Parts: sequence; structure tokens; C-alpha cells
Amino acid sequence: MQAKHKQIAGIALIGVALAILPFLIGMSFGNAWIRMLDFALLYIMLALGLNIVVGFAGLLDLGYIAFYAVGAYIYALLASPHFGLHWPLWAILPIGAVVAGIFGALLGAPTLRLRGDYLAIVTLGFGEIIRIFLNNLNAPVNITNGPKGIAGIDPLAKSIDIFGYQLHSLYLIYYLFVALALLIVVVTLRLENSRLGRAWVAIREDEIAAKACGINTRNVKLLAFALGASFGGVAGGLFSGFQQFVSPESFGLFESIMVLCMVVLGGMGNIPGVILGAVVLTVLPELFRHWAGPAQMALFGQTYIDPESLRLMLFGIALILVMRFRPMGLLPSSRRKAEFEHAAEEAGAKA
Amino acid sequence: MGKRHLRVPFFCVQPVTSDPVETFIQQLINGLTLGSIYALVALGYTMVYGILGLINFAHGEVVMIGALVALAVYKALAATLLPPALILLIGLAVAAATCMALGWSIERIAYRPLRNAPRLAPLITAIGVSIVLQQCAMLLWGRSYHSVPALLPAESHDILGARISDVQIIIMLAAALSMAGLIVLVQRSKLGRAMRATAEKPEVAALMGVDANKIIALTFIIGSALAALAGVLVSANYGIAHYQMGFLLGLKAFTAAVLGGIGNIGGAVLGGILLGIIEAMGAGYIGDLTGGVLGSHYQDIFCFMVLITVLVFRPSGLMGEKVSERA
Amino acid sequence: MRTKTLLVSLSAALALMACSKNEPAAPSASAPAAEQGPLVLKLGHSAPLTGPQAHIGKDTEYGAQMAVDDVNAANIQINGRTLTVELMGEDDQADPKQGTIVAQKFVDAHVNAVIGHMNSGTTLPASVTYANNNLPQVSASATNPEYTKRGYKTAFRVMTNDEAQGKVLGEFAAGTLAAKDIAVIDDKTQYGEGIAIEFKKAAEAKGAKIVASEHTDDKAVDFAAILTKIKATKPDVIFFGGMDPQAAPMSLQMKKLGIKAVLLMGDGGCTADFLKNAGASAEGQYCSKPGVPTEQMPGGPAFIEKYKAKYNAPIQLYAPYAYDAVMVVVEAVKRAGSTDSAAILAELPKTQYKGVTTDIAFDEKGDIKDAAVTLYLAKGGQWTQVETVGGKAASAAAALPAEASPTQAAPAAN
Repeated sequence: MQAKHKQIAGIALIGVALAILPFLIGMSFGNAWIRMLDFALLYIMLALGLNIVVGFAGLLDLGYIAFYAVGAYIYALLASPHFGLHWPLWAILPIGAVVAGIFGALLGAPTLRLRGDYLAIVTLGFGEIIRIFLNNLNAPVNITNGPKGIAGIDPLAKSIDIFGYQLHSLYLIYYLFVALALLIVVVTLRLENSRLGRAWVAIREDEIAAKACGINTRNVKLLAFALGASFGGVAGGLFSGFQQFVSPESFGLFESIMVLCMVVLGGMGNIPGVILGAVVLTVLPELFRHWAGPAQMALFGQTYIDPESLRLMLFGIALILVMRFRPMGLLPSSRRKAEFEHAAEEAGAKA
Repeated sequence: MGKRHLRVPFFCVQPVTSDPVETFIQQLINGLTLGSIYALVALGYTMVYGILGLINFAHGEVVMIGALVALAVYKALAATLLPPALILLIGLAVAAATCMALGWSIERIAYRPLRNAPRLAPLITAIGVSIVLQQCAMLLWGRSYHSVPALLPAESHDILGARISDVQIIIMLAAALSMAGLIVLVQRSKLGRAMRATAEKPEVAALMGVDANKIIALTFIIGSALAALAGVLVSANYGIAHYQMGFLLGLKAFTAAVLGGIGNIGGAVLGGILLGIIEAMGAGYIGDLTGGVLGSHYQDIFCFMVLITVLVFRPSGLMGEKVSERA
Repeated sequence: MRTKTLLVSLSAALALMACSKNEPAAPSASAPAAEQGPLVLKLGHSAPLTGPQAHIGKDTEYGAQMAVDDVNAANIQINGRTLTVELMGEDDQADPKQGTIVAQKFVDAHVNAVIGHMNSGTTLPASVTYANNNLPQVSASATNPEYTKRGYKTAFRVMTNDEAQGKVLGEFAAGTLAAKDIAVIDDKTQYGEGIAIEFKKAAEAKGAKIVASEHTDDKAVDFAAILTKIKATKPDVIFFGGMDPQAAPMSLQMKKLGIKAVLLMGDGGCTADFLKNAGASAEGQYCSKPGVPTEQMPGGPAFIEKYKAKYNAPIQLYAPYAYDAVMVVVEAVKRAGSTDSAAILAELPKTQYKGVTTDIAFDEKGDIKDAAVTLYLAKGGQWTQVETVGGKAASAAAALPAEASPTQAAPAAN
């Protein structure tokens, strides 16, 4: 009983914190940082989706951003002047999720027999194929508007008046994103401890043994791809409505790699870890961008290294260092950590 | 500005004999050149993968460093009266030495500490190394594209109207010779035997007196020397070098290595050349084959489709061995 | 579960109550300023200040800053108050996502108008935010036609767009160069494809035949396959819509494959880097740039000198345009007698301004009227001017020193 109360109090506290966070940030740093916060939430959703494929099922996916792109373009096509359609958000998001899920299964189907690096290159290729199609499908029939991208997409929310006070649309979008991110967190938490979640772990650890135990590895893998993809699709739809502009250049390979870094850096397979990874990799570069140039000016009186390249350089070094000292990520999952330490001990014993 | 005198040149243009055969041969040469470049880079990937089972994502950046270091040497020696071919060789030697040192350091810093880590950890450090190398090169050489002097004779030879230059011939020869050299090294030499043993089972190899760390370091060094060679030849062929030239090239070469069966030396070359020819033929003929619906902008899609199809039927690539499923 | 939702919504409401008293300050920020003291015009400027295009972004910001300093030095009186311009310079990294964040920052900071952004890729998504907030935006360098095509009342530009440039290039190829068969390559980017499409239309309208349409991408270096295909069609001119990193190796490979056609490019290839990297193969190729050469601009020579004195660096690209963009806004403020965004917005379409770059007036979409395009030929390792199309002010105004213009604030007199 006591524990339960504590749990409720904890959840309530997190709820209150999440609810007032945008106001704190908005008041002290300005709305641009709320935008930043919204982007962080989007990346949390993306990273959680990829985590299902990479973290739970152990399938290395280098083309994950393709599903984000699919979701984004579905929203863009169904809610913009491009085709003159203006469907509501709640109709489009499920469509985006389903279509992205189908694409996920489509990618999964030919790759069922592939392992490790073969899978990596096929997923990478798949991601590129989707991006190139989006870039090319403006002729002979104009579907995606090609490299020009689709503009004037319906916004997710408009600023509203409550009791005479204006609430900026960014706040509403924030709450929408928080709600959906929480939904995705809950779903992944439930999945992790479900029959399906255990089947994924079994496949990740030893596919043959999993098969021997009666797991239908084909269906289970396809489900991992489809579910992960559908989360990406939802995030993509939100991105589209948030940015009100999509073009293929937003969905390049580097974005896939970024999301993968979030998952691995934070702690593959561990939901809090993945969330941490997503937040760290969205917010830190932003903070850095703000301080790197001025700090150099203050210290040396001139800018020696272009802040952008300094940022990338430190990002690269951070990747190396984190993996060197915390190979399981910043917040590893307890199960994986135990396995790793066990393996390391064995290796140590052998040497 | 008078318009008259500008009209002249076009009436002077001689109709060049160009029939489908000539075009086909030219596309074949284009594809072979591109393919040999991919093959050279793919060899580096495959060497490392063969022994460690690791994608050395930073390999493309080593190629880039090779090209830029060689270029720096050319520039330094430009004023001397040394024959161009000698300048090229000196550039290659310096680039190779730099890349070998670089390859050795990358292995020590980014990969060796992670040998027992989960599979994805070294992939992430590799991406980290790749980013750091790119930014370092950017700071050293700047963001602009550099023009690479033509040190090799720029002569073209005619094959039924199609053209092939000396640089292209050298690239093809280099790829073939590197492959042959590596096969001899791995299959016939003592070092090669140690490599194969380490790849098979490092613990057992260690018991047999093989110093696995040394062998792995040597593999990286050999792979990096090949990268330097590739860098020099690529920049000679296209006449430009740039701090971002390595990434995409590395990616394509990696694709080629997987297509051929990663870990297999012959496979890397076969995959590279196939990929090059598919790209050239794809760009050249897709439009005609599809009645103009698809054009050269579908070239990459075409490549990846071929790759996926091959892997569906041969999950370990064209020449890859059937891997026993390892936990 | 239910408790949680309840709590969340409750706390949200609470937070709202607690914090929202600060909110209403937003819409009427400029109103309470007293009727005395300086009249402040707050301008936002956005360009990539870090990353590969930092030098061009900085150049644009310098141009804008120069205009701001000139106006402040001129001591302009509006309704008895001195006009003071403040410039808020932001870095959008040429990244569309970052562009929208910067746009939001400007809206938050209650700037009166925005100069920029520099790249079309950032200008397009940012223009949505400005349109939603009724914030006037004058871009000095975004050339994508789409920017002014969406019917936003807030979007203006003082630079020739790609459509106009592509059209001039097409007419040049079919007319001046008398090309009958033309092959077109583009890099499948917004810019490259956009300009190639306009080129094709104009060339075909002038009677030329498009014998091949090929595509590459903005990272490629190997064009042998598409060039071989093009060679078989025996074109007189090959048009390339793209940037110099591709154009230079393309020119080299054309020579290698024995293609005799002339390479024609838009401003993406009209650079010193192209000449340097294409080496001997550059000779005889053509390109175009929007506007007139800086030296031939009405206020060009004076501007070049002043810029050099101030920043000790040569002009990269867009500085004079950014200067004019600021001046156009300042003129609108002078006419309106107010720095209010809505007032500026009402005045901008009526602009008739003799700027450094040319005579500026906007058409109904917000594009500059009678935009000029200049064509160049690579000769002896230099881009030499062939002809300038459009921009009738260019030649006429060249005679007038910039200072002579009655509407221009005194500062140009140094």
C-alpha cells in the first residue's frame, strides 16, 4: 500500500513537472527553447521506436529515418494545399502509423535471413531508396513535389485564448507531444515485459535457440520492424505539422545515424536510457551552439575554431569516450549490464 | 555585346562517330573505373571485417586523409623540378605512411578497448572517429574543394571510339594487383596464416603463439595503406579532393564489400566492380529501358535493389561463405 | 491511470493560472513606448554564421550592419523622434529546422521586420512563421521562386529569383549561343532542378530541342555515365543546374570523354572555385549570376570601397543586397512614420527605392520588378561579362551616384 502511494506520488510529481516545464523554460529563455523542447520530444519518440528494433530485437537498422519520412509525407500530403486536402490530425496520425508499419514490414520481409552487417547495409539502402523516391516523385506525375518539398502544411495547433489569456500554439504542441511520447513510453514498457518482448530478447540473444523454443522468429521480427516503424511514422506526422514544411533533405542518412546514436549512447534496450540519449543529443548541441562562439570570444578575444565544427568534433569525441568507458550506454538496462559483466568476467577468467 | 561572333563555334563542331557500340564500351569503361575504385576501398573494409567482424566506418575518412596528404606533398614539391611521376610516388609514400600511422592509432584508441563490448559499441566509436577525422581535415585543409594537379599523363586511348585514360588503366591495375597481393599474403604467408587463425578463434590462436593484438594492428595498417593508395588514385582520377570526399565513397565501398561477401578478398573486388558497372549501366540505360519513365536519378535505387535481391538469394553475398550462426 | 491524467491536467491548469499573467505583455510590447526618446526599429537578420557557408552568411550580415550603421549615423527624424535601428543577428546554420527556431526567436523578441534568411532552404519554412505573425520579411539572397509564390503578404525579396535566371539562361542558349540541341543535367536539389526546369521551358520556347535530361546529386563526383549517354545525343550545349563542386569535375570529365559541347551553368557554377578546379577545361564555358556585377551597380564602386574600409575584406556575394534589404525597410518606416510591423507591411509593396544594387520596386508577389541577370564566359582563367539582361536601371542609374537619389538617407556620402 505504502509503495503504491509512493508510486502515485512519483507519477504525480513527474506529471506536474512535465506540465510546468514549458512555462519555466518559456518564461526564462523564450519560446524558441520551447520549440527546442518540442524537437527533443519528437526525437524521444523516434529513439523509442528505433529502440524496439535495435535495442529489443537486436536488429541493426541504419535506415530508420525512412519511416519518419513516410509519416511526415503522409501528413504533408493529406493536410496541405498540395493536393488541397485538409484532413484532421487525428485521422492522419493513425494512417501514418499504419502505412509506416506496412513499410516496416516491407523492409523486414526480404531481410529476415540476413544477419548483423548485411542487415545494416540493406536497411541503409532502404532508407536511401525512400529518400530518393521522395526526391524524384515530382515527375512524370507530381506526388511529393520533389526536392522543393511541401510547404504550407496545416499547423498542429493554433494559439488559443483561455480566460482572456493567449496560450501560444507551441505550448499546445508541447502537451500534444508529451501525451504521445508518454503513450509511446507506456506502450514500449508494456511491450518490454510482454510475451512478445521476451521473444525479441530471445531472438537477440540466440536466434536458433529462440526458434527451437517454438518462437515464430519470422513473425516476431516482422512485428519488431512494423511496430518500430509505426512509432517513427507517428513522430514523422508530428514533425510535418510542427515544421509546416517537409523536404527530402530532412531525411538523410545522418539523421538515421543520429537516432541510432541516441539509442546506443543512452543505453540500448533501456527506456529511460534511450530517453536520456535523445534529450542529451538534442539539447546539448543547442546549448553548445549558444556558448561555444561567445565563450571563445571571451577567452581568446577571437573565434579560433568555427563553433559548428567544434560542436561536431566534440560530438565525435563524446561518442568515442562514452563507448570507451560506458560501452553499454549512459543508462544501461539491468539485464544487458548483467550479461555484459558476466561475459567480461568470463573473458577475464580466460585471459 | 554583339551576338554574331558567338554563333560561330557550333557550326564547326564535327559530328563525332558515336554508335550504340561505342557508347556501350564507354559505359563499360566508366563502370570498370568506378568499380575498381570501389574495389580498392572495399578491400580495406573486408580485411578488417574478415579478422574482427567489425565495420570500420572510418575507413572512408582514411581514404580522404590519404588524398589530402598526398595533395599537400604535391603542392610542396610543385616548385622542384622533379618529374611528375616521381612527385606522385613521393606523395603516395607519405600518404601511405600517414594513413598507416592513423590506422594503427584508430585501432588502439577506438576499437581495441571495445573488443569485448557489445557489437554496436565499436560501430558508434567508428562513427565518432569518422566525424572527428572529417573535422580535423576541415581545420587543416579548409572547406573548399582542392584541385589536384594532373601528374600522370592525361593521354586517352581509343577503343572503338570509346576513350580510356592512363589514370583509369592504372586504377584498374592497382585494384587487380592489390587483390592478388592480398590473396597471396593471406593464403601463402606466415602472417596470413596468423591472420586466418586470429579470425577463426582468437583464443586458440593465442594459445598457438599468435599475438592477436599485433596481427589485428597489422591488418589495420595494411588496410590503411590500401586506403592511401585509393585516395591518391581517386583524387587523380577526378582532379579534386575535399574533406568530405571519404564518407560517401566509404559507404559505396562498404556496399560493394557486402555485395561480394564481406570478409572475402575476391568478393570485395567482384562486388566493387559489379557495383561500378551496375551504376554506369543503370545511369546509362535505365531511361531507355523504362521508356523514359525512370531516369538517371534512379541509379542509386537501382543499385540498392540489386543488392537487396542478391542478398535475398545469397544472404552472405556473392562469394561469402555461409556463416554458421554464432551467438 | 486515471489519477495521473487528472493530475496532469490539473497541474497544467494551475501552471497556466500561475504563469499566464506574464503572457499578455506579448502582443502590445511596442505600444507603451513613450512618445519621446528614439524611435527604435528592431530588425532580425538570419544567415548561416557557422558551418560551410559561414563566410557568405557573415558577408550578408556585414551588409545589413553597414546599412544599420549608416541609418543610425544619418540622424533621421520621424515625427520629431530620432530613428534608431537595432540589428539582431542570428545563426540558422543553413538548416531548415534551425531556421524555424530562429524565426521563433525573432517573433519572441518582437522584432519589427526580418532581413533574410540567406538560403532558400531556411527562408521557406521560416516564412511560414513570419506570415503567421504578420512580420515583414525581406530576403536578400533566397532565390527559390516558391518563396514568393505562396501568397504570403509578408514575403519580399530584393534578389532575382531562379525562375527569372533560368528563363534568361534558356533564351541565351537558344538565342545568343544559337544552340539547336541541348542536354540538361540537374542535381535534384531545390535550386538545381528549379533552374533546370525554367531553363528547359525557355529554351524550348525559343525553338531549341532538349535531347537529354539527366540527373545527378549534390554529392556526386563521377558523371562519366550520364555524360557518355549525353555524348551520344550530340548536343550543342549542356546545361547544368547545380553547384560548382559538381560543375568542376563535370567540366573535366566532358573534356576527357571528348565532348565538344559548351557547358552552361547558373550562379551555382559561376564561381572562382569552378575556374580553379576545372582548370583548363573551364575555358569557353558560360554561366550566369543574378543582378549586375557589383562594380556596375548604381552604388557599386562606392559600396565596395566603404565595405573594404569597414571590414577589411572583399565582398563575398550578397552584402550589397542585404544593405538594400535593410534600406527598403527603413524607407517603409519613413513613409509610414512608424516602426510598427503592420505599418511597414502596408508600405513595403509601394517601395520605389534607388538602391545600391538597382532600382527596387516589388511586383504583386513581393519579387523585385525587372530583375537583372548577367551572363559570363570563362576566358583566360577569368569570368568575363558577356551581357546583362533586364534591370534597365542598371545602365541608366550607373551614371547617377548613389548619393544623388532623393529618397536615400544621407549616409552614403560617407
